[in-house]
Amino acid sequence: MHERIRIFGGLALFIALAAFPVWYARATGRANVVPEPKLVNAGKECVNTRAFMREYHMTMLNEWRDEVIREGKRIPVKVAGMEYQKSLTGTCMKCHANKADFCDTCHNYLGVSPTCWDCHNFPKEQKHETR
Amino acid sequence: MKLDNRNGFSRREFLKKAGLLGLSISGAGAALEVVFGDDVLAASTAESSARIRLAMVVDMSKCARKEDCTDCMTACHRAHNVPSISSKRHEIKWIWKEPFVNAFPEQRDGRLRDDLVSTDFIVLCNHCDNPPCVRVCPTKATWKRPDGIVMMDMHRCIGCRYCMAACPYGSRSFNWMDPRRALDEKTINQEYPTRTKGVVEKCDFCAERIDHGRLPVCVEACKEKALVFGNLSDAKSEVSLQLAGRFAIRRKPELGTRPEVYYIV
Amino acid sequence: MFEKALSGSRKYWTLVLILLALVGAGVFFYLRQLSEGLVITGMGRDVSWGFYISQFTFLVGVAASAVMVVLPYYLHDFKVFGRITILGEFLAISAVSMCVLFIFVDMGQPFRIVNVFLHPTPNSMMFWDTVVVIGYLLLNLFIGWATLGAERKGVAPPAWSKPLIYLSIPWAVSIHTVTAFLYAGIPGRHLWLTAIMAARFLASAFASGPALLILLCMVVRRYTRFDPGREPMQALGKIVAYAMTVNLFFIGLEFFTAYYSGIPGHSHSLEYLFFGLDGHDGLVPFMWTSMGLAILALVLLINPSTRNNERWLATGAAAVFFSTWLDKGLGLVVGGFIPGPFESITEYSPTAPELIISLGVWALGFLILTLLYKITVAVREEA
Repeated sequence: MHERIRIFGGLALFIALAAFPVWYARATGRANVVPEPKLVNAGKECVNTRAFMREYHMTMLNEWRDEVIREGKRIPVKVAGMEYQKSLTGTCMKCHANKADFCDTCHNYLGVSPTCWDCHNFPKEQKHETR
Repeated sequence: MKLDNRNGFSRREFLKKAGLLGLSISGAGAALEVVFGDDVLAASTAESSARIRLAMVVDMSKCARKEDCTDCMTACHRAHNVPSISSKRHEIKWIWKEPFVNAFPEQRDGRLRDDLVSTDFIVLCNHCDNPPCVRVCPTKATWKRPDGIVMMDMHRCIGCRYCMAACPYGSRSFNWMDPRRALDEKTINQEYPTRTKGVVEKCDFCAERIDHGRLPVCVEACKEKALVFGNLSDAKSEVSLQLAGRFAIRRKPELGTRPEVYYIV
Repeated sequence: MFEKALSGSRKYWTLVLILLALVGAGVFFYLRQLSEGLVITGMGRDVSWGFYISQFTFLVGVAASAVMVVLPYYLHDFKVFGRITILGEFLAISAVSMCVLFIFVDMGQPFRIVNVFLHPTPNSMMFWDTVVVIGYLLLNLFIGWATLGAERKGVAPPAWSKPLIYLSIPWAVSIHTVTAFLYAGIPGRHLWLTAIMAARFLASAFASGPALLILLCMVVRRYTRFDPGREPMQALGKIVAYAMTVNLFFIGLEFFTAYYSGIPGHSHSLEYLFFGLDGHDGLVPFMWTSMGLAILALVLLINPSTRNNERWLATGAAAVFFSTWLDKGLGLVVGGFIPGPFESITEYSPTAPELIISLGVWALGFLILTLLYKITVAVREEA
């Protein structure tokens, strides 16, 4: 009898602790926060669609990296009559110029820290640095 | 298959088989990469029979005209965000000057022509045709391009510094710390990345400019036109014409690295 | 069998705690190195490999030396080594673990180490070194665990362990040969560009490893109820004597070629190491200490009356170990970079953080060794 109380009590406590991130986020309303990246140079067309980029921009950037550096193929991407170099700083960051308002909103939300900006420059009007 | 008390095979057997399967898949993957991965040929030591064999000719008679000139070095380091670190141990340099007897140490003994004793020679990565650094890199983070440039991929470099040990010319530098600590944010060339701590870097013959049909920064910056750059496979290129007519030496040619930076002395 | 490492005397736990504390200190400074970069070490543009890689080089030799007990016992039925092959195999595991750790702490971007496996490069000796060293670790883990487990159950070792044991013999030779190839195939470093680099490596490995094993057997005998016996240690002593003689002979060969040929590049590094060059003589005392210890060791180990005396045997073994540590550890790796490619001299000395990190790795290796030996001794004491 006593053991049963201890076992189920302990189990309940464990589940509560393990699920802490889930119920705490819901209780404090944080689960409803959805990142809203702000586009700065809206009006220009991106090199790919929003749905594609949301899922594949990491893979796409890796492919660009390998094509440009490892294969030496610097063939520009043609979008809406404009030509864009396959470059994070040279293309992406020119339109998405505010890293904090755009890139960091989703990255922070998901808890990922891409190391791209350790080397690749980005416009520095905003002061916050993210890791 | 060993059977357990219960029906079916034991958990231990399952774990063993699963582990073996996992190992064979990754082993097969690695084997396929080795056989079919196209960049495994990065370290080909065969002579470049390509239509392009890029090389540089340094005309020291023109270079030495201007004393204490640092035009090429300043231009290169500025364009590529090479940090200026005062400590000799940690410095990073892509192109710099060395006294003749240090650039060509095997020429040390014996009587030298007067001007050579006090002339500083421009040294940089020789973009060897048979580069030992490429041969030793465990991840192909450095490789020889078809046009002869020995290229660096900073994304892949694991910072083992084997290439630095292998280079007989001391051309490579390592980022012992974050280079941005030694760079002024306001004067960084935004169009070119910096590097991060823990990777090796060196001159890459301005591959990003070559690929757009331009000349390396150092070549353009030299007001005396002492640096000549071009395609050695083209008999009519300036580098070919220079070398056809004038005597040139290379650094440590006896090592078989086939360096492609020539010095007209 | 793991549980056997979790119960022990006060002395055992004291040792474990001291080692853990040293590991902790190493981790603390390694975190600093991760955050600031390798700038906190004494390495630089001219001497780009230092203490970490030298320890790796030395320890690969110690790891390879397990073959010196495995080969006689398994190939030639030399029963004397029957009780200590497991100690040799576990020493190999400990040494290889330290090797892997020293490589890891030396890397500029350690978390990219997977790149070595994602992009295999067969022309790179470092790729093969990674493969064979990790392979050797796995081999010894499987063999050691299976053999000890079988002994504990009182049965013969499993059939699959035999081919693995036979494989481990050439594999041991290969790990140190490939490590030597890291150095011996590089065109610009004259101290390393010698055909006998692999031979030198193996000779000093077969001296240093068994020497350490002798000392470890004595420690085990002193602090536990397991006595490896007098004969194994005597046999090991003879092996160490021969290996060390060959090692010194090889060093002599290097001196001959360097100085008799008269080619300046060939002798400059040796000149720097043993006599000083252009006023730089930082390593001279270490190299002569190494030679002095080597001579002492040879006198003690070649002479049967001193070799048979366990106190002198221990002294000789310790002298061999420290002599080879100085020669291979400090002299070889650092000496290869001096003079540099411009015939200029930049000296190297490790910094305190570098040494503490290294001490942490050694402590972790000894901790692994302690745990494995504890399990072995517990199994033997039970029997």
